[in-house]
Amino acid sequence: MAMLRPAGDFDRSYEQDMALLRQPWHYWLLGIGLLAAFTLPLWGDAYLVATANQIAYTVIAVQGLNILTGYTGQISLSQAAFMLVGGYASALLVIHAGLSFFIALPLAALAAGAIGLIFGLASLRVKGFYLAFATLAAQFIIPWLSRHTFKEYLGGTNGAIEVPLPQLGGVNFGEVSNYFYISLFVLLITTILMFNISRTRLGRAFVSVRDNDLAAELLGVNLFTYKLRAFFIAAMLAGVAGAIKAHSQRGVGTEFGYSLNESIIFLGMLVIGGLGTNLGPFLGVAFIILMEDFSDLLGGVLAAAFPELADQLLTSFRPIFFGVALMLFLIYEPRGLAHRWQLVRAGWRLRPFAR
Amino acid sequence: MNPKDILKVEGVSLSFGGTTVLDRVDFDVQTGEIRAIIGPNGAGKTSMLNCISGFYRPQQGRLLFEGEHDLTGAKRVAQLGIARTFQNIGLYTYLSALDNLMAARHIHMRQNMVASALYWGFARKEEARHRAVVEELIDFLEIQHIRKMMVGALPYGLRKRVELGRALALEPKLLLLDEPMAGMNTEEKEDMARFILDIHIRRGVTIILVEHDMTLVMDIADRIVVLDFGTKIADGRPEEIGRDPEVIRAYLGQAS
Repeated sequence: MAMLRPAGDFDRSYEQDMALLRQPWHYWLLGIGLLAAFTLPLWGDAYLVATANQIAYTVIAVQGLNILTGYTGQISLSQAAFMLVGGYASALLVIHAGLSFFIALPLAALAAGAIGLIFGLASLRVKGFYLAFATLAAQFIIPWLSRHTFKEYLGGTNGAIEVPLPQLGGVNFGEVSNYFYISLFVLLITTILMFNISRTRLGRAFVSVRDNDLAAELLGVNLFTYKLRAFFIAAMLAGVAGAIKAHSQRGVGTEFGYSLNESIIFLGMLVIGGLGTNLGPFLGVAFIILMEDFSDLLGGVLAAAFPELADQLLTSFRPIFFGVALMLFLIYEPRGLAHRWQLVRAGWRLRPFAR
Repeated sequence: MNPKDILKVEGVSLSFGGTTVLDRVDFDVQTGEIRAIIGPNGAGKTSMLNCISGFYRPQQGRLLFEGEHDLTGAKRVAQLGIARTFQNIGLYTYLSALDNLMAARHIHMRQNMVASALYWGFARKEEARHRAVVEELIDFLEIQHIRKMMVGALPYGLRKRVELGRALALEPKLLLLDEPMAGMNTEEKEDMARFILDIHIRRGVTIILVEHDMTLVMDIADRIVVLDFGTKIADGRPEEIGRDPEVIRAYLGQAS
């Protein structure tokens, strides 16, 4: 339904019909959106830029999870662990191999992808609920290894190592307003890749594994290699996100999150945004991160009003709001904000006849 | 072995635990014919199709495709040129009709993972080329108006038609249809029968048809195999089958 177009718009080739930007206003909208994003440090305050930066790298991680869980239908609870791999890989390559961050970033992605492949092997044997538990193993093993092995490199029980800032010419990436451009640029690339994957052979194979694996196999899709591909891409994007996050926070390790809690929040973001849609990760991540900031704000105000309950008030709103939001979405809009947006768009097109 | 045989089923037996589903079934399918498999409920028709398409591995017997490929437990039947539809519809629910058909072009496309993600040059041209093939099928099946609708939202009859299209998009030599007309009204059945005959005549696809509607099978099949409780009780041309006392007994319970 969402594909209905007003009459009078005729394509002359299949390539035109398959294009993402088809009408002048698509270009205008994209141009304005990009302009707003790239000029954000000029008109936004430090809080806004820092939040946008956090949203940008989180979206990359959730895009990866979207490939694996949204498109291919393989539930994963280990996205944060793969972020940790990417963060460490990039940091160690910069510190010990002397590589530039911009070379370490793709290498970190490959490192995380390789680890993802290893844990993805479980998907050959198990599905659904059981696979979720198999990926849980990664979420426990990887952070444990980071604390208990190669202590001189990984920080040992400190759970953190210091990560240097990226260097490129004379730009000071210590300023979040400059660092934000790295996150934004990478996000732009991953978003283009996501849109392409979802409309070509690879994406259709992923969805066919999710929607009907028996039929997919019968139609010549090799289930195992496609599940592994999904794991690889998911872990790779987690690695990218982890590397960006590590250099942005100037530290990486279990002290900086990357626990099961984060993995579950990623899954929640994806569900709230919309599984298996390209818009979903953006909407879900923005929704949750803004909600978390609002919870902190509310907690702060209430803690000032009731000082004797300050400790509980400061920490309890995030999980409560997250839990309630997730439940409400599962009940009222299980297909997420992206689906709601599609309905609004379809209604707008059919106006004034139907909603 | 008859060189015209596209498929030869030799002594296929299948059982689950103690239940015998198929018991030494033999038949052959000649290139270019419509071969029907009929029988009462639980006769083993769908199990037979599952053996041919590699889902089930029979304990005994052989399934020879084009005289050389043994299909017993085969994993890659799509690459050999075998496509099927499912009794309960096996479409990709959340994809559009168009994408369902495009998904079946999988084995005919060469682009790898990187080309898909970049969508430059080769991948883009390949997508457009296969789109043209799929559009031809969409025209053939008269589903142009629903090509961009999610198949999960389509009515039953149209979903059956999209599923037929998806099987055809594989460009099979042998098409297995599992009750393509189950649950349809007379008009929809006539439409489907016309599509099946068109596929057979214009596209030259060999068809194995499992169906309950006897009148229809008698009309369009070239030869019929009758199964009852896993054994073959008759095999022949429709007019012979219609006169066969065994078949009448299996279907009506007594000679009439």
